[in-house]
Amino acid sequence: MNQTFEPEIVVFCCNFCSYAAADLAGSIRMSYPPNVKIIHVPCSGRVDPLTLLKALEAGADGVLVTGCMEGDCHFVTGNYKAKKRVKYIRAMLADMGLEPDRVQMHNISASDAPLFAKTAQEATEMIRALGPNPLKGCKAA
Amino acid sequence: MIVGEHKPIPELLSAIEGLDTILMVGCKGCVSVCNAGGSKEVAILAAALRIARKKQGKPVVIDELMLDRQCEPEFIEWLSEPVSKKKYDAVMSLACGIGPQYIAEAFPGVRVLPGLNTSFMGGTLTHGIWAEYCSACGACGVGNFGGLCPVTRCAKGLLNGPCDGSVDGMCEADPETECVWEKIYERLQSLGETDKLDRACAPKDRSVSLSGGPRKIVREDLTL
Repeated sequence: MNQTFEPEIVVFCCNFCSYAAADLAGSIRMSYPPNVKIIHVPCSGRVDPLTLLKALEAGADGVLVTGCMEGDCHFVTGNYKAKKRVKYIRAMLADMGLEPDRVQMHNISASDAPLFAKTAQEATEMIRALGPNPLKGCKAA
Repeated sequence: MIVGEHKPIPELLSAIEGLDTILMVGCKGCVSVCNAGGSKEVAILAAALRIARKKQGKPVVIDELMLDRQCEPEFIEWLSEPVSKKKYDAVMSLACGIGPQYIAEAFPGVRVLPGLNTSFMGGTLTHGIWAEYCSACGACGVGNFGGLCPVTRCAKGLLNGPCDGSVDGMCEADPETECVWEKIYERLQSLGETDKLDRACAPKDRSVSLSGGPRKIVREDLTL
C-alpha cells in the first residue's frame, strides 16, 4: 500500500455533540490528523444519502457522519436517522463496487475530545489502507 | 398511490451497459410520495450509477429531469425538447410501469429503460413503510367487509373467511401481517353488522379484473 497517500476525509459534525468534541480537542491542543475536513451541520440527521454520495463523487476518500451518543441527540432522533442512512449508503456502495468502509457513522459526546481524536486517527488509518477514492483520476464522462 | 422501489444497482448497471448518455426522468406523482422516483431519489440513483460507471472506467453522463406526472401525455410532451436537443442513448424512467410505456410510445426512436419496479397499490403505514391495500379487481366489495379488503389483504384472498390460521391477530402466511379477517370481524362488531358474516359471499366476478386483458374506462361526457 502506498504509505505516502494522505486521504481526504469529510466529517459531518453535529452542532451539539461531535462538533463541540472536535472544538474541545482543538482547545486543549489535542492533535488529530489534518486529513479530516469538518463540515458543521445542525444535526447528524441533516445528512442525507445524497450528501454522502455527492461527497464521494466530488472526490472525498472517506466520509464520516458523527452524531451525539445514542439516546442523547438534541433533536431526539437525528442520530438514529443518520445511522440508518449511513447503513443504506454502505449497502449501496457495495453494489456500486466501492468499499462500504469509505462511509462511516460514529457517536461522540460533546465532552469526549479524546474519542473524536481517536476516531479521526482510526478512520484516517482505515481509509489510508483502502487507498484513494477510485473515482480520482478517472476520466470524466 | 402506486408504490414502487428502485431496481437493484447491479441490474441497472447491466441495463445501461454500453450506453454513454442517459436522461433519468423522475415523477412527482405517487412514486415521489413513496420515495422511489422523486427528485431526491433521481439524484441519488443518478449519482450512484455515475460513480459505479466511473469506477469501472466507463463514465456515463446522466442528466436529471422531473415531470409532474408520467401518466399524462401532456407532461410526457415536456420531454420533447430535452430529447431532441441531446441525443440520449436512453431515457430511464423512475415512474411506475406507466411512465416508460408512455415515453416509449411518444418517442419511437428513443430507448426506454425502467428504473423502478412497480410493486403495488397501497398506502403509507409509517414513514418508510408502505403496504398493499388494493388489487384493482374492478369490482370493489369492501362495503361488505366493514370497509376492509380481503381480496388484497388476506394472504389467501378469502371472501368467506377467516381461515382459522391466524395467531394473535397475525396472518399464518406472514406473522408480520395482520389478519384482515380479524380486523373485518372487529369492524363489523363495532358497527353492529356481524350478521353480514352469516351470509355466504358469492364467487367474485373476475371478468372485470385483468384476466380479461388490459382494461379501459370510457367516459363519453369527458371525451373530446
